[in-house]
Amino acid sequence: MTTTLTARSPNTDRTMSARPSKNSRNNAIYARRRFVNGFNMTASLLAMGFGLFWLAWILYTLLVHGLAGMSVDVFTKITPPPGSEGGLINAIAGSLKMTFFGTLLGTPIGILAGVYLAEFGERGWLAPATRFINDILLSAPSIVIGLFIYEMYVVTMGHFSGWAGALALSLLVIPVVVRTTENMLRLVPNSLREAAIALGAPQWKVTMYVTLRSAKAGVITGILLAVARISGETAPLLFTALNNQFWSGMNQPMANLPIVIFQFAMSPYEDWHALAWAGALLITLSVLTLNIVARWLGSQKSQSH
Amino acid sequence: MEKLSNSANLKRQMMLDSLFRMTTRFFAFLVLALLVGILISLVIGAMPSIRHFGWGFLTSTEWDPVTENFGAVVPIFGTLVTSFIALLIGVPVSFGIAIFLTEICPPLLKRPLGIAVELLAGIPSIIYGMWGLFVFAPLFGDHVQPWIMENLGEWPLIGFLFQGAPMGIGIFTAGLILAIMVIPFIASVMRDVFEVVPPMLKESAYGLGGTTWEVIRNVVLPYTKTGVIGGIMLGLGRALGETMAVTFVIGNSTNLSSSLFDPGNSIASALANEFAEATGEFHMAALIELGLILFFITFVVLSCSKLLLLQLKKQEGRNS
Repeated sequence: MTTTLTARSPNTDRTMSARPSKNSRNNAIYARRRFVNGFNMTASLLAMGFGLFWLAWILYTLLVHGLAGMSVDVFTKITPPPGSEGGLINAIAGSLKMTFFGTLLGTPIGILAGVYLAEFGERGWLAPATRFINDILLSAPSIVIGLFIYEMYVVTMGHFSGWAGALALSLLVIPVVVRTTENMLRLVPNSLREAAIALGAPQWKVTMYVTLRSAKAGVITGILLAVARISGETAPLLFTALNNQFWSGMNQPMANLPIVIFQFAMSPYEDWHALAWAGALLITLSVLTLNIVARWLGSQKSQSH
Repeated sequence: MEKLSNSANLKRQMMLDSLFRMTTRFFAFLVLALLVGILISLVIGAMPSIRHFGWGFLTSTEWDPVTENFGAVVPIFGTLVTSFIALLIGVPVSFGIAIFLTEICPPLLKRPLGIAVELLAGIPSIIYGMWGLFVFAPLFGDHVQPWIMENLGEWPLIGFLFQGAPMGIGIFTAGLILAIMVIPFIASVMRDVFEVVPPMLKESAYGLGGTTWEVIRNVVLPYTKTGVIGGIMLGLGRALGETMAVTFVIGNSTNLSSSLFDPGNSIASALANEFAEATGEFHMAALIELGLILFFITFVVLSCSKLLLLQLKKQEGRNS
């Protein structure tokens, strides 16, 4: 019954209703329906244009101002006091260091928790609860994560530091990695696991050498997405890493691109604004590149399956 | 002899196995504990303020660091109103984008346009803030705002929303930028749930002569209702907690104002602006209590979103 109904393609069916009807009332109804449809479809097209419009505008502004502020100094000199020449090198280095350590701390935790959810999460209360909470942490306000690390680490140690920033970032890495690891492990066909178990491999070997390995591209995609997310984050660094005008170690307040951009953009000095735009361009380019690489890796993976 | 080493090996592997299981279990538990930890640390940090101000914190419009008298109404109001504006603009647009991507987009453009919308989600929020402050706000304040004030400011009932000085920054600008930021989140959830509608249902409706809009209105939407609401809630959760973009353009005023064009304050922007400089005991505690309130609101909103999306998944499983 249903198969006969759906056998025709939707397009031919729509043209069928265009047959001239016998009375004008039907025609009026038909015209109205067609008008409503056309109106709403146009609105949908406009909505798409609306979205792309902002994207284009923002990227255009960023390119124009960012390229204008770009110079060799940006990569060779440290952040200047107001009114003098300088660059962003200490902020770039600080961002890289904190992103690196944040990822290093968060990734193993995320992968192991993801393994639990995918491989052992069939029974019990822990897996569903963790899955639920993880999805909430995924979109929880990052400024609250900053508050948490402030309370836990900064207050205990008595000072702001690069480590505190890295810790806050690692807490943002965890949910992203947990989510993608679990999803990717679930895509691994069970026959692979069964084959490995049938050969007598213990569970941990099956997971580490068979399941995780075959889901490698997907897991790396997740890590890249997490890095992309934290490299643009400002809010959790506000009260953890703070800022620094000079070079500093991980145990001191540390300069980083997002906070420098924030501080410089809010200042009244023109040359600080130029540097802020240059930094903004750098951050956006790296985040978007990471996103695209991650997506490309992810699509490679889905094609090979 | 060989048998013995075999069984010893087996024992060792079994031990390793349970060790492995316990380790992964521990880390899964850690994720869970993280949320509880955040909650507890915020409550402890906010304790002085909770004790001192009590429930009055939620009803007072005062925010005075000098006399150490704090109330949460202005930031909470700012957070809710900006998020509401964001949804008011963002939801119809996201709906349109999702319809465009699932129903009328030529297949060749589907991927690039989908990626473009997701790129919008990838732009760091501080960029939105800078762009809003330096590019959008001046244009808006010079050209659009005066016109709106002239034409809508005198209207009865809604006129009071559009009064004040045309500065470009303020609650409305913050809401608009939030809208641009949540569009990709809501649109991609909507697109995903629209794609789970069984083609057979849609084709049956087309077979009866329905137009594309009628199919969306009467088949796709009812089928994906919970998922669509879940997506909207997800966007709301994002908008509520967004910090940097709002901090740049909301104006950071601690006065309560009825006009959308006046500067205001949101919970996140109050934290971003004041926390690192807060010195008084109550000032810091009051800010942490604001953070606690924000966390609580987003927790409730995100939980609802998650539950609704789960329900759609269940329904999908039952129908197929």
